[in-house]
Amino acid sequence: MIEWLWLVPLLPLAGSVVLMASRGEAPHSTVSAIGVGSVGLAAMLAIAIAAEFLGGVDAAASYTVGLGGWIAVGELSFGYSLSLDALSLVMMLVVTVVGFLIHLYSIVYMGEDEGYARFFAYMNLFMAAMLVLVLADNLLLLYLGWEGVGLCSYLLIGFWYRDPANGYAARKAFVVTRAGDTAMLIGLILLATELGTLHVDTALARAAEQWPPGSGIAVAAAALLLAGAVGKSAQLPLHTWLPDAMAGPTPVSALIHAATMVTAGMYLVARTHALFVLAPPVQLAVAVIGAASLLLAALAALGQSDIKRILAYSTMSQIGYMFLALGVGAWSAAVFHFMTHAFFKALLFLAAGALILALHHEQNIFRMGGLRRRMPGVFWAFLIGAGALAAVPLVTAGFYSKEQILTAAWSAERGGTWLWLAGLVAAFLTSVYIFRAVFIVFFGPPAARPHAEPRRLALFIPLAALSVLSVIGGFVETPPLLGRITWFSDLVGSALPAAPPHELAPGVEARLALAAAAAALGGIAVAWWLFLPRPERTRERIAERERGSPVYPALASAFGFDRLYDAVFVRPFLGLARALRGEPVDRLYDGLVWLLRASWQGAGATQTGRLRWYAAGMLAGGVIVIGIAVLA
Amino acid sequence: MTAVVPFEHGLLLAVLLFAVGVAGVLARRNLIFMLMSIEIMLNAAGLAFVVAGARWGQADGQIMFILVLTLAAAEVAVALALILKLYQHFHTLDADAVSEMGG
Repeated sequence: MIEWLWLVPLLPLAGSVVLMASRGEAPHSTVSAIGVGSVGLAAMLAIAIAAEFLGGVDAAASYTVGLGGWIAVGELSFGYSLSLDALSLVMMLVVTVVGFLIHLYSIVYMGEDEGYARFFAYMNLFMAAMLVLVLADNLLLLYLGWEGVGLCSYLLIGFWYRDPANGYAARKAFVVTRAGDTAMLIGLILLATELGTLHVDTALARAAEQWPPGSGIAVAAAALLLAGAVGKSAQLPLHTWLPDAMAGPTPVSALIHAATMVTAGMYLVARTHALFVLAPPVQLAVAVIGAASLLLAALAALGQSDIKRILAYSTMSQIGYMFLALGVGAWSAAVFHFMTHAFFKALLFLAAGALILALHHEQNIFRMGGLRRRMPGVFWAFLIGAGALAAVPLVTAGFYSKEQILTAAWSAERGGTWLWLAGLVAAFLTSVYIFRAVFIVFFGPPAARPHAEPRRLALFIPLAALSVLSVIGGFVETPPLLGRITWFSDLVGSALPAAPPHELAPGVEARLALAAAAAALGGIAVAWWLFLPRPERTRERIAERERGSPVYPALASAFGFDRLYDAVFVRPFLGLARALRGEPVDRLYDGLVWLLRASWQGAGATQTGRLRWYAAGMLAGGVIVIGIAVLA
Repeated sequence: MTAVVPFEHGLLLAVLLFAVGVAGVLARRNLIFMLMSIEIMLNAAGLAFVVAGARWGQADGQIMFILVLTLAAAEVAVALALILKLYQHFHTLDADAVSEMGG
């Protein structure tokens, strides 16, 4: 089956092309069949390939499927070739399976939309680009996918293009990520010129041979790639686009801005991990950026009242965990958290989407309330997602991945108490903000009258499947205390170096796990105490009290980064554009034209036709010329 | 020894004649008078040549005067023909009245 690997990205691409060619004239059911079917086939193929890969004699191998050349310039040549190793296998599986579930869900969510075919055309194109990104065996092809997903992100954020605010959000996402992409492209050019290849494995091997650890060039290359990763993954300081990206339809937020595209930065760093090992300062920067984004986004999520913005900041925060893991060298923990995060964050978004759909596109959590009884299915799905996000111990997938990251942050050679503490505090905050949403949305007296819970299979299969995955997805890897299952790290270990061995005293590990569990449960308790609507304390009172608190403005505006960037970049740029709108350089040429025209008019005025004036003029000229000749 | 007209006197007369001619061209509006004033200017130039030729004892000045005479004759022939045509067309000899050509 592995030789059919090229079909995995090609199927969604074909679906996208067909849907685009239909120009929105294909019947509804055909569009659904093509749009969802192509991704479904890709997912099935991916699962078959995975089965063969896992059953293979040597799971450590990586397979390459070439599809011919693309660019050949002198010694550099880039082909359309895909490679499959354990890392890209995990990415491919998660992308196709979660992608398929979200496509299925979109049949209901977007069912009434007039741009139905356009939506699936973009979504399929996104799947194709994302799969090219994760399967590419050279960095240039990866960059093609990288820009492809950026384009689809732009198209889908601005999907409802009639509202100028959506267009603004789309442009913002595009421009902000472009800042990182440009740095990444420079990094790729640097690698290509210095190493003479962009083939991932060859380039990393050559880099390890040619560049001593900590050398300036390795640091520069790693830092440039990191800038690209930071932009794509919405980490500090290029994170401002993600909350606004929620302007797109909810399935888009689930697929692109939670489960897959925004984790591309994590994938890039993991894929080129050898380069980061050569550049210790940059790897430290990865950890610090991760920890900072993690804390900042968790705090910002506390101040939001739009359910999708809460989830957006939560995504940023969870990707911060992945970066933290990458930064301390726990590569497989990062990929593990990517996987569980894709499950539970997609689940949360889809459940939130079901709420939004039932409440006529109401997104403010304070205008929801009491939905537990009216929408029990959605409630349970959201609760499971929230539990996994908050890392409720033992029963959720999020616990195992987050616990692994926290342990690594504590024990790894490059980790440290501060990084661990940041992760722990953020874990506590995560619990608080997500259960704040749970309590306010689902508990207390009903605040709105929803439609009946939509009873559509296409809506419930994804929710149910993702709920199951959010619970059992973590059992593929458990800490030593709880059975020491290491399937996942064994698998990923064939592509990424194993996590540094834990040299912890037996008691320490238990205490770390207990601390993580306590943070999660403590957060839920605090949320219960602060945010559960009670008869004597209604939702309105809670909202009022929140607004009154001194830290609220900082949290609600996510510490004012938007305002800062507005003042530092946007407004000066707009001012410059406005100043240049009148084409000031052209004024010079306008002046020249005016001068010529004035002299022409002046000269023309002397041509009166009066003979005696001409004679007088000639005389005066003669006198002047002779005068000059004689006197000078 | 015949009385010799001093060089400066001759030149002064030429200048005076030229000034009279210029004044005529500028002040008169009648084309015939302007033509006559131009003839005076030409003669002033011719006089200057003759005086200069006499001063240095060379024939060149007188040769130039003959050239100026032929020039004046040709010029008058052409100019009178033009004036005749103008008069037929405009029924006037006023130079300012025929400025409509803008030339």
